[in-house]
Order: sequence, then C-alpha cells, then structure tokens
Amino acid sequence: MLAKRIIPCLDVKDGRVVKGIHFCELRDAGDPVEQARVYDAEGADELVFLDITASHERRDIVADMVRRVADEISIPFTVGGGLRTVEDIRAILMAGADKVSINTAAVLRPELITEAARRFGSQCIVVAIDAKRVTERDLQPSRPGRAEGLPPVTWEVYTHGGRTPTGRDAVAWAQEAEARGAGEILLTSMDCDGTQDGYDLELTRAVASAVSIPVIASGGAGHPEHFYQVLTEGLASAALAASLFHYRQLRIADLKAYLAARGVPIRQTI
Amino acid sequence: MIAIVDYGMGNLRNVQKAVERAGGQALITDDPTVLKAARSIILPGVGAFGDAMQNLRERRLIAPLREESAKGKPLLGICLGMQLLFEESEEMGVHPGLGLLPGRVVHLASLMKEHPAWEPSPLRVPHIGWNQLHIHRLAPLLAGIPDRSYAYFAHSYCVLPTDRSIVLTTTDYGVEFVSMIGCGNLFGVQFHPEKSQEVGRRVLSNFVHLSEAWGGSQR
Repeated sequence: MLAKRIIPCLDVKDGRVVKGIHFCELRDAGDPVEQARVYDAEGADELVFLDITASHERRDIVADMVRRVADEISIPFTVGGGLRTVEDIRAILMAGADKVSINTAAVLRPELITEAARRFGSQCIVVAIDAKRVTERDLQPSRPGRAEGLPPVTWEVYTHGGRTPTGRDAVAWAQEAEARGAGEILLTSMDCDGTQDGYDLELTRAVASAVSIPVIASGGAGHPEHFYQVLTEGLASAALAASLFHYRQLRIADLKAYLAARGVPIRQTI
Repeated sequence: MIAIVDYGMGNLRNVQKAVERAGGQALITDDPTVLKAARSIILPGVGAFGDAMQNLRERRLIAPLREESAKGKPLLGICLGMQLLFEESEEMGVHPGLGLLPGRVVHLASLMKEHPAWEPSPLRVPHIGWNQLHIHRLAPLLAGIPDRSYAYFAHSYCVLPTDRSIVLTTTDYGVEFVSMIGCGNLFGVQFHPEKSQEVGRRVLSNFVHLSEAWGGSQR
C-alpha cells in the first residue's frame, strides 16, 4: 500500500540553510547536505528546500546546492522559490532535484505549468498554493477579483510569499493546476501556518476532494495527532512541517511510530 | 564499467552516483561504442514515452541497444527506461518501444478500469511516493530485499507484460501493477532505486554483481 509521506521543509538562502535543524551535534548547521543527511537518517520520506535567496546570481548558487544534495542523498527532494521560467526549472532539475515547486510564477502565467509538465513530466511539477480563508472584510468590492465579478471564494490564493491577494479561489486554482499538468499540490494554510494548532483540515479536504493528484498539507503542525488528522480526515497524501522538526519538538522516527500504531500506512526502513 | 544511456530524458547523475554508492562504476554516455564496451547497460529516464523513443532514434541508439541485449549483456531499465523495453505505449497516442519484451505500457487509470474489481475510488495519479514490493519470484536482483520493502515511485504509466513469468514484484495501488521484471539478461524497475535509500542501493548492488558475473563469463 502507498505510504503517507512525512516531509520536512528547509529554508535556504544563498545555498545555505537558514531555517533548519537546531541540533548541537551538527558540525555545520548551515550545510544543506548535512541537514538533509540527518533527516534522511531519521526516516523523512522526502525533503523540500525553499529558496529565499534574493541575489541575482541565485540560479548558479541554487543549482550548486542542489547538485551537492543530490550527490549525497538517496531520498527525493523538491526545490521551490523564485522559479519563473521553464529554463529556471530545467536548471534545477538538471542539477539533480526530483521536483520543483512553483507558486507565484504559476499564478501570474498559468501556461508555465503546462509547458513545464509537457517538457519534464507531471511527476516533477509541484504547484504550491498559499491559501487564506476569506473574511467579511475581504469581500469588499475594491479587492482584486471582486470588481471583475469572479465567483465568491472560500479560501483565497495569495502570491509573493503570502503578501499579495489574487482574488482566486484555492480549490478552483488547484483544479486548474491539475488540468494544466501539475503532478502534486503543496497546500499551505496561511491561517494555520506558525500556530502549531493543527493543519487546516477543512481546506485540505476541500482541495484533496476536488483534485485527483496528491495533496501535500502544510501549515499548523504542532502535535502527532495533527498529522494523523490531516492524513486521514484531511485526505492529504503527505504532511509537511518545518519548525516542529527543526527545533526537535518532534522527531520524525517518533512521529512515524505513532502514525503506524494508529493504522496509517507509513514507510518502515530496512 | 556500466554504461548509463544518455538520451536527454532527465538527470542521470543521480543514477551514476547511486551506482557508485552501490559499489559499481558507471559512465554516462550516448556513444554506441561505449555501450559495446560496457559490461552492462542502465536505461534510465523520466518524461514522455514518445519523446524518449524519438531521442533514442535521433541519437542512433536503438540498434545498439537491441544488439547488446541480444548478446546477453545485462540491461536494467529504470522507470520510463523499463517501459521502453516493451513493444508499445499508450502514452499520448500509441508509440512503439524497443520491443525487447512482449507487452504494453498503459496508464494506471486505464489499468484500474480494466481491472474487474475496480470501483471508482479516489486513487491519485501520478502515483507518487513510497510503496511496497510484493515479491513473486526470487531472483538475484532481489537478493537482500525483504518482501514488502518500500521503494520510491513517481509515474503515471505501468507495464503489462504478456508473459507473467517475468514478473519479479508487483505493487498494490488499488490495483496491482508490475514493479520489477527480470527475463534472462533484461531487468526493469518501475521505482527509482537512486531515490529508494537502502532498498535501491541493494537493487543496484545486485545489478553490479550480475554485470560482473556476465562480464567475467565473456572473458
């Protein structure tokens, strides 16, 4: 049976991990390879590297980091952040990443999903969606999308790292991404992110029911129970977390033992 | 030396590094003379079946692959590379494959529909993630790999071999599909051994041993 995946997410800047494991036994806490090795050994099923580099030389730096990780690590990993063109995507995949995650660029130009999926295959194109529940205040006519008379939204898609509302509905956008060839959806609840109060089960379930590609849930993990909920009730294929793992509040091996004991299909290593 | 066939379908360095970690030596190449000199061949690949065959044709690699396999040289297809060993694929139209093994390549969803017990269910395609290998037949390629070991998959299509006796393992994804095959010198894995930690390392190290045994017998 297909196992549910547990995925730590690492923030990298200029090829160095800036938000990763706080672990005194690490020789170099900023080294992506060293960080990846620890998670690999602990039973992570995949890794996500989110690049927050702002410099112009970003592509070479990121490609070099990807190459070093790919040479040493034998679990799949996704690289996201700032990828705008098919050429950006190609450079990351050719350096050895298994998948890329695209967010803002896909919203601005949805054809990018189609082109990338056709060229590299759906299995390596992850569309990341940052979604926020719409409140009364958000429904004012001056908001993006309202004026154009777009249908009402329950969860709104945000771009540019959660700064820019788009007026798009997250469920409808996930469906469009799938139709354009996305292989997975990485769904982050902006409402839950950072709270450690649990994943947004309603959002995750709404998106996962509306598409037939895997959905990776993100935002809000604080307790093993939260993973259980989102992987069962939330219909997620995978659950992503960052600080919970980085600060060693929860070890992946312990989480997997917990989930396996509760009957969730989880990969055991040999 | 193991030749990893370079035909423009994805990153091959991961496969090369994984072969090295498994104790072998590998060269990434699109040169038919290197394929001839190699002890064995790995045909990797991600992407679309039709593009893959087109690239092999343009690089004039189809005849050399057929010739080397006819000599009995070990050949391991990985993911799309495994699918290319068969006669044809239904991926975006019908495309002929290398035809080294009888059988077809079909979409996972159409396999589900053909399956008599199939009920519409929320099975998601692409099939992405870690899934189990159910061993049907013991073979040297499986040495040291326990039944129900997990391997990493990322695919939407799967093979339907005409001869079921070549099936080494199957995997359960609502329907049962073929995840490993072995037929004489021809081997295929639908998962990615280069991304499957210890399970993948053992598959590749077993292939390295098979290659050495065959290379030795040629001397």
